[in-house]
Amino acid sequence: MSATLTKPVGLLAQYETPADLLHAALEVRNAGYKKWDVYSPFPIHGMDAAMSIKNSKVGYFTFTGAFIGFFAGMIMIWYMNKFDYPIVIGGKPLFTPLFAFPVSYEMTILLGAFGTLFGMAFLNRLPKLYNPLFNVERFKRATDDKFFVYIEAIDPKYSAESTRALLEKTGASAIEVVED
Amino acid sequence: MGNAAAIPAGSAPSAKKGSSHSAHAAPPKIVAAAPPRGLERDPLVLNNRPLGWITDTIAGVCEKPMPNWWWPAFIASFGGMMLMATLVAYLIATGVGVWGLNQPVAWAWDITNFVFWIGIGHAGTLISAVLCLLRQRWRTAINRAAEAMTLFAVACAGIFPVVHTGRVWMALWWLPPIPNNMAIWPQFRSPLLWDVFAVSTYGTVSLLFWYTGLVPDLATLRDRANSKIKQLLYGFFALGWTGSNRHWSNYEKAYLILAGLSTPLVLSVHSIVSFDFAVSQVPGWHTTIFPPYFVAGAIFSGFGMVLTLMLPMRALFHLEDIITVKHVELMCKVILATGSMVGYAYGMEFFIAWYGGSPYELYAFKNRAFGPYWWAYWSMITCNVISPHLFWFKKIRTNMVIVWIIAGFVNVGMWFERFVIIVTSIHRDYLPSSWGYFTPTWVDVFTFAGSFGLFMTLFLLFIRFLPAIAISEVKAVTPQADPHHPLGGAKEHHH
Repeated sequence: MSATLTKPVGLLAQYETPADLLHAALEVRNAGYKKWDVYSPFPIHGMDAAMSIKNSKVGYFTFTGAFIGFFAGMIMIWYMNKFDYPIVIGGKPLFTPLFAFPVSYEMTILLGAFGTLFGMAFLNRLPKLYNPLFNVERFKRATDDKFFVYIEAIDPKYSAESTRALLEKTGASAIEVVED
Repeated sequence: MGNAAAIPAGSAPSAKKGSSHSAHAAPPKIVAAAPPRGLERDPLVLNNRPLGWITDTIAGVCEKPMPNWWWPAFIASFGGMMLMATLVAYLIATGVGVWGLNQPVAWAWDITNFVFWIGIGHAGTLISAVLCLLRQRWRTAINRAAEAMTLFAVACAGIFPVVHTGRVWMALWWLPPIPNNMAIWPQFRSPLLWDVFAVSTYGTVSLLFWYTGLVPDLATLRDRANSKIKQLLYGFFALGWTGSNRHWSNYEKAYLILAGLSTPLVLSVHSIVSFDFAVSQVPGWHTTIFPPYFVAGAIFSGFGMVLTLMLPMRALFHLEDIITVKHVELMCKVILATGSMVGYAYGMEFFIAWYGGSPYELYAFKNRAFGPYWWAYWSMITCNVISPHLFWFKKIRTNMVIVWIIAGFVNVGMWFERFVIIVTSIHRDYLPSSWGYFTPTWVDVFTFAGSFGLFMTLFLLFIRFLPAIAISEVKAVTPQADPHHPLGGAKEHHH
């Protein structure tokens, strides 16, 4: 397989502790890189600020789903029990938002949850079953106990030498060229 | 966070002020020392285990061949599941008459089982959602298995109301809101229809939440896979997760929002289940205390089941460093708190039955305690009101065998609670001419017993193929994961 990998697409640096990774992330950000990311087995406290990542937009997707769910529930019940085929049962009103509330509420949560999950998948561009990083053997430990910084070759500031020098300076325990 | 610099006692006020970054003009001396004994928090993972050890231990459970007890346990559970399937087939082929229910007790064993299983599920969502919002970091060791338990309990619960309707083959047609052959729509003034929406939403959202939590751990299993098929399957469901921090950022937000959505959901589901009873006019059912009382009971029974499953799992797979005695103790305290609420609700129901002045209501309660079903009532009181109060004692909370036995009592007691509420209320209502007595048939009894087989089959398959503890979440609460802690690599004069 490795015979077909020829094009270098970036540099991957390995770190041993979350503190080293946080420190390296600050250095890479301050050096002005844009197309880069860090990888860790768990979310690291303070990393979003270190990478200058803005507050996630997942909430907008949740709100959209929840909003649609609530009104879809209300309109569905109004349509079925008041508009399309009204039947008086126990002298109760044909429609009020009160008895329609429990079902509309559940639909709010249902579609809100779908909005959250699909919104998260969309923002993260997942599923993405192939990733050039999977060609790197040591990257398997990104989901175990090692920490990585990856700077992509398409970044305007990227150069094979200076980027490597920067990563070396931050105390990487190993640096590897990622090929695709 | 973990090991904050402690200020020596005595120089408290001035030293405290100095500790906040004002480094000018003779900063007061800050001694970096461990907090005084007693204020220290117990670590959530014992023995300072390294991150790799956590991965190996948890992933190891589903990677290594199952221990010797697994196959006998699985075969027994599978047998129970098949028994249930056979009896459900017999019910469908013959008719609902094979069960003991009849007028006046038209809801009996089946709805008791439904409410019992739905209640069991609530602990999973409580642990994963409510404790997440309350920042109870100990939840990470138990949330995955508890959420799985929720899903399997909801699966068991769903079967009973569907098969009790008789013409089960119509279910696909009358569960979703579509018109019948007379073009009549389902009517949404009935709490039974609210229940359909509540339970199906609960099942679906629990599945989404559970799966969201699983994604990073599936990636771990993908990266550790030793065969192509494992790598493909885990890899497919891991969606290509890499642990990218740009992904974690959205993921964490999504997880928090899902917790925020599930918290009112879990409270609403059992409230709506209680509306099935409370919205009716039956003495013993028509009370406003039902929603909070059902929710407290659900959490109580759910934690009972979590302990019933978790204590053997902890011992058999040697997970004592991850599910520590402290975790067990905290769960015992939740049982104590919710058990007290349940006991209060029992007392308050009686008080209101007397104070409310309705002779039918008062009779329903006298009949519960001293009528023909007195044995069910007093079993419930013994298991639910007396047994949880043993958890006031630390000696009992830290003895795993006794905790397991008491958790069993909680399970039994909560089944009896539903039986008492449902059967004793309707077996004698307004007219003595229509009183009756319900006795279960063998089909009733073995269908319920078989549902435990279904539950355990699913749970055993879960621990066989999926990580039973949330690997990435457990790592995240260790000091090794904290970049500001010496164990996380923090150096002096560095952050």
